[in-house]
Amino acid sequence: MPAGLLGIEDLSREEIEAILNRAKDYQPVQDHFKRLDILKGRMIVNLFFEASTRTRTSFEIAAKRLGADAVSITASGSSVSKGESLVDTLNTLAAMRPSAIVMRHSASGAPHFLARHLPIPIINAGDGTHEHPTQALLDARTILDLRPSLEGLRVAIIGDIVHSRVARSNIYLLSKFGVDIVLCGPAPLLPPELARIAPGVRITYDIREAIRDADVIMMLRVQLERQHEAAFPAGEYFHFFGLRNEHLGLARPGAIVMHPGPINRGREIASEVADSQVSAILNQVENGVAVRMAVLERILG
Amino acid sequence: MPGLLIKHGRVIDPASGRDERADVLIRDGLIEAVGQGLDGSAEVFDARGLVVAPGFIDMHVHLREPGFEHAETIETGCRAAAAGGFTSVCPMPNTSPVNDNPTVTSYIVERASRHAVVNVFPIGAITKDSAGETLAEMGSMKRAGVAAVSDDGRPVMNARVMRRALETAKAFGLPVIQHCEDLNLSAGGDMHEGVESTRLGLRGIPSSSEEVIVARDLLLAEYTGAQYHVAHISTRRSIEMVAQARSRGLAVTCEVTPHHMSLADEDMPPYDSNYKMRPPLRSRGDVAAVVDAIAAGVVDAIATDHAPHAGSEKMQEYERCPFGIIGLETALGVALQVLYHSGRIPLTRLVELFTVGPARILKLDRGRLAPGAAGDVTVFDPDLEWTYDLDKSFSKSRNTPWEGTAFRGGPVATIVDGVVVWRRD
Repeated sequence: MPAGLLGIEDLSREEIEAILNRAKDYQPVQDHFKRLDILKGRMIVNLFFEASTRTRTSFEIAAKRLGADAVSITASGSSVSKGESLVDTLNTLAAMRPSAIVMRHSASGAPHFLARHLPIPIINAGDGTHEHPTQALLDARTILDLRPSLEGLRVAIIGDIVHSRVARSNIYLLSKFGVDIVLCGPAPLLPPELARIAPGVRITYDIREAIRDADVIMMLRVQLERQHEAAFPAGEYFHFFGLRNEHLGLARPGAIVMHPGPINRGREIASEVADSQVSAILNQVENGVAVRMAVLERILG
Repeated sequence: MPGLLIKHGRVIDPASGRDERADVLIRDGLIEAVGQGLDGSAEVFDARGLVVAPGFIDMHVHLREPGFEHAETIETGCRAAAAGGFTSVCPMPNTSPVNDNPTVTSYIVERASRHAVVNVFPIGAITKDSAGETLAEMGSMKRAGVAAVSDDGRPVMNARVMRRALETAKAFGLPVIQHCEDLNLSAGGDMHEGVESTRLGLRGIPSSSEEVIVARDLLLAEYTGAQYHVAHISTRRSIEMVAQARSRGLAVTCEVTPHHMSLADEDMPPYDSNYKMRPPLRSRGDVAAVVDAIAAGVVDAIATDHAPHAGSEKMQEYERCPFGIIGLETALGVALQVLYHSGRIPLTRLVELFTVGPARILKLDRGRLAPGAAGDVTVFDPDLEWTYDLDKSFSKSRNTPWEGTAFRGGPVATIVDGVVVWRRD
């Protein structure tokens, strides 16, 4: 494993398997969990330039459960340009000598920039529209809790793919395990190049076609904050790309519905699907802590 | 002045077709004679084993003065030019204030006469403030010394304004240089739109954003009969359209930068802003098309688009970094590698792209080694082994992808008006 975790793309299958296996050890007994001292005396800085409740909290809990100290810095970046604050932050952070930095930023590649200039492991907690590696790891952990292996599965990823760091990390991860990946969304949010970023990826603009025979259906949030233009007619989005009960019959029996959250009910997913038995959305949240513990341990342990 | 006698070099002068061992005698700033066994009371420059060429002309640079002197000045930019073998440079008008009137033009000419070690032929704006609306004072700027007009970096979006600009420039005998980019198609883009941009999660600048403007402008150039030049051409289709226009006899020319002939989008280390410029590094296929076009004679000039940015401006997240790289000191090294050592073009053709090629476009009385011509000479060694070291750069900026690159071939001495203004130590 490299010094930090910038993305899934550069990880080997073996490295991913090691993290997923270790995460399993950290999974159960979340409410009577004993604090470990694997990372005792270590300091982990959570540097969030973009609002995030669940990812930041999840990293904090993971760090504390391993016995590390966790400090969270949330930069709003409203008054100062974010560029200036990032460079300024560089020196401040270096002086604090943290053991690792967990970073979320609205710019793709921002953690790579930091990693080039700091001798401290950087863990990418989501960079712009690029990657969100720990989300893909916890998604894989969630699937593996319900299926014996990833090989041979068909996974449909539906929504605003081009702006989704969750989609990219999942595509890179699932592709390494020979998963048959189908991407579906409005054409301007699903450029044909996406089928070429990893092996085993297909594209369709028809949600029924995407869901047919799927073992896993990953719904993505429509990220209105990342739309720089009216790239698709928003009014008809749910009609053509929203997941509804009627679609589930097309999937393989017992298909799993996933969503990285937060959910827009009635926009990309119908409420009754989100709340149904097939939904693994809450399992995803629970696995977040376990996977992040495994990642922190692997980088710092 | 005693004069300068450059002896025993391989004299390559594409304008006259000369390529032979000969001497060049410069006196009073002008070339007095070119021939074998020249003598006379003059300082001797031994050019044995070296190529002696007309002074190189870079028709596309940014010297950042006035307005952005923290990144470059006329003085530092011209020193970098000299160290790259250039004896003349043409600074684009996107200074602050914009070079859109004769006062700014005169200021630049005046500053250059005092501080520049090479010739400076400014390029004026097409429209006031390069805002794309009202035509700039082209006639007065020409009198003040501009060699062409361009709204480089802020291309003329309004087709009607472009039409009027072409008509006006034609009447004043000025070429119109366009940075071809439809700003609506490219809005927000940070790199070439393709698999790489998709992989990295960066917004794309599609090839079509260049091509729709090339297509539009070629139609307007034909309609108006004006002289039109495509700056830093970067895509296969743009080249096809320019080639077709030329075959139909239009007064259309184009230039290629060292980076667009050598680097593709996939060569960029992840999010390295030293690879970020407009037009962006295109696909491998586009790079091949650019090199093919040079070999086929469709390209008239190599121009660097030397675009200095202060270090702090490039020390940001990729999407916030400004566009552009410096290129004066590495241009010849890159061009020799990509075009000559690869066997794609002979040395004469390479020299042509740096000399008479741009001189013809801008109607400059430069770029040739004939008695009576300006005493501008570039001496280079096509096989010299050297490594680019930014710490020795004359530019005030450091934004280049070629730091630490080992080159085969590079400039050895730069002579302007008979004076050696730079010499490799």
